[in-house]
Amino acid sequence: MDKYDITLIVNGRSSTVSVEPRKLLVDVLREDLGLKGTHIGCEHGVCGTCTVLLKGRSIRSCITFAVQADGAEIRTVEGLANGADLHPLQDEFWTKQGLQCGYCTPGMLMRACEIIEQNPDPSPEQVREGIASNLCRCTGYQFIIEAVCAAAGRMRGEEQRPDQATMPTEAKA
Amino acid sequence: MKPPPFRYAAPTSVEEVLDLLAANADAEPRVLAGGQSLVPLMNFRLAQPGFLVDLRLVEALTTLRTERDVLVIGAMVRQSAVERSPEVALAAPLLVEALGYVAHPPIRNSGTVGGSLAHADPSAELPAVALALDAELLTAGPSGTRTIPAAEFFRGPFTTALEPGEILTEVRIPRREGVGGYAFVEFARTHGNFALVGVAAVIEMEKDIVTGASITLSGVASTPVRAAAAERALAGTSADAATIEVAVDAAADELSPAGDLHGSTATRTDIARSCLRGGIQLALSRAQDRR
Repeated sequence: MDKYDITLIVNGRSSTVSVEPRKLLVDVLREDLGLKGTHIGCEHGVCGTCTVLLKGRSIRSCITFAVQADGAEIRTVEGLANGADLHPLQDEFWTKQGLQCGYCTPGMLMRACEIIEQNPDPSPEQVREGIASNLCRCTGYQFIIEAVCAAAGRMRGEEQRPDQATMPTEAKA
Repeated sequence: MKPPPFRYAAPTSVEEVLDLLAANADAEPRVLAGGQSLVPLMNFRLAQPGFLVDLRLVEALTTLRTERDVLVIGAMVRQSAVERSPEVALAAPLLVEALGYVAHPPIRNSGTVGGSLAHADPSAELPAVALALDAELLTAGPSGTRTIPAAEFFRGPFTTALEPGEILTEVRIPRREGVGGYAFVEFARTHGNFALVGVAAVIEMEKDIVTGASITLSGVASTPVRAAAAERALAGTSADAATIEVAVDAAADELSPAGDLHGSTATRTDIARSCLRGGIQLALSRAQDRR
């Protein structure tokens, strides 16, 4: 089958790759670009672990062909931390135990990014509703909801932890 | 699994799309809108089109506008864009309410209104809404364009009036600013999953009398269906509790949903009753609040 040259701007970095049109975005991210942070779960759009941001909006990269994302900006879990400084969401997932096995985490984090971007002060109920798109089989969701709410607070400039006086630049964008 | 190989093109005009579909007719070509139904089917290899025509670069299909008396939604407008549109909130609040039940936000960020209608899943929300709102579907094909009323568009499970080589280009919904009340209610085992039954209702009132009712159901037949008996039972009445029960009974009597492991015929009919009652009550209360 013919291959197509596509350009993806992933976490601010532009890459041109030659792909078969049937290749899913998640497979191009993982195999062609080596970004294994985005996980593959159900492969039919139900579990949400493959969630990435495409043009700032959360999508399922397992039911998106990479060719459909040609020329688009994509943000993956690798784009959250600023060097060694974790994104507030990552930091809160860590401190509040918003993960156990970690399989759903990249999708949860990217979905949470969009939730906070659309509503910087979400209620726990709104977070619960918002992450209903993503399955977690370990945590029972409660700690994830607490982590997202705490991260949202920090991103609003409230409740900063002393060791996190400066937020990662990504969080301000 | 991964999708089987296929050839691919992403043209920029409807004419090119139609030419590509015609030129590759032997390859069982399909058009790709948001892909939120088609790509999972291809991952499962339940669908194996030999040629995909991606509509994402066709500018003409991205329009979302209000004309004098209709709301026009281009085939490539994403569901989340429709959901957020202040124009749609005014002209077709029923559509916005129903979109809240369509899968989850990440799916709606990619999925299109046109794609959901053309996919014609009998359990899906949007076909029932199109029917309730008397939407018209504009198509383009080898023999020109057609305007198909929603009532004639849905022909069976995953089957529409679209001919081979023909595509849906636009959905046209009569505007209902300030007219009556509306409601979409459904019952799903899990939030975001396909519902067992859904009900779309639009009720117009004048001086406490129902002057018009449009009520449709999803999930109870091979296509969305109109609850014509309930509409008749409500028309011209003040729609008190007893009348609503008469309307629900009349509509339920006409239903014979196929049972499966998710719910028997009796269970689905019972859920349909409950959804009809809830939908009619909510639409009525909104119609009354409006006055």
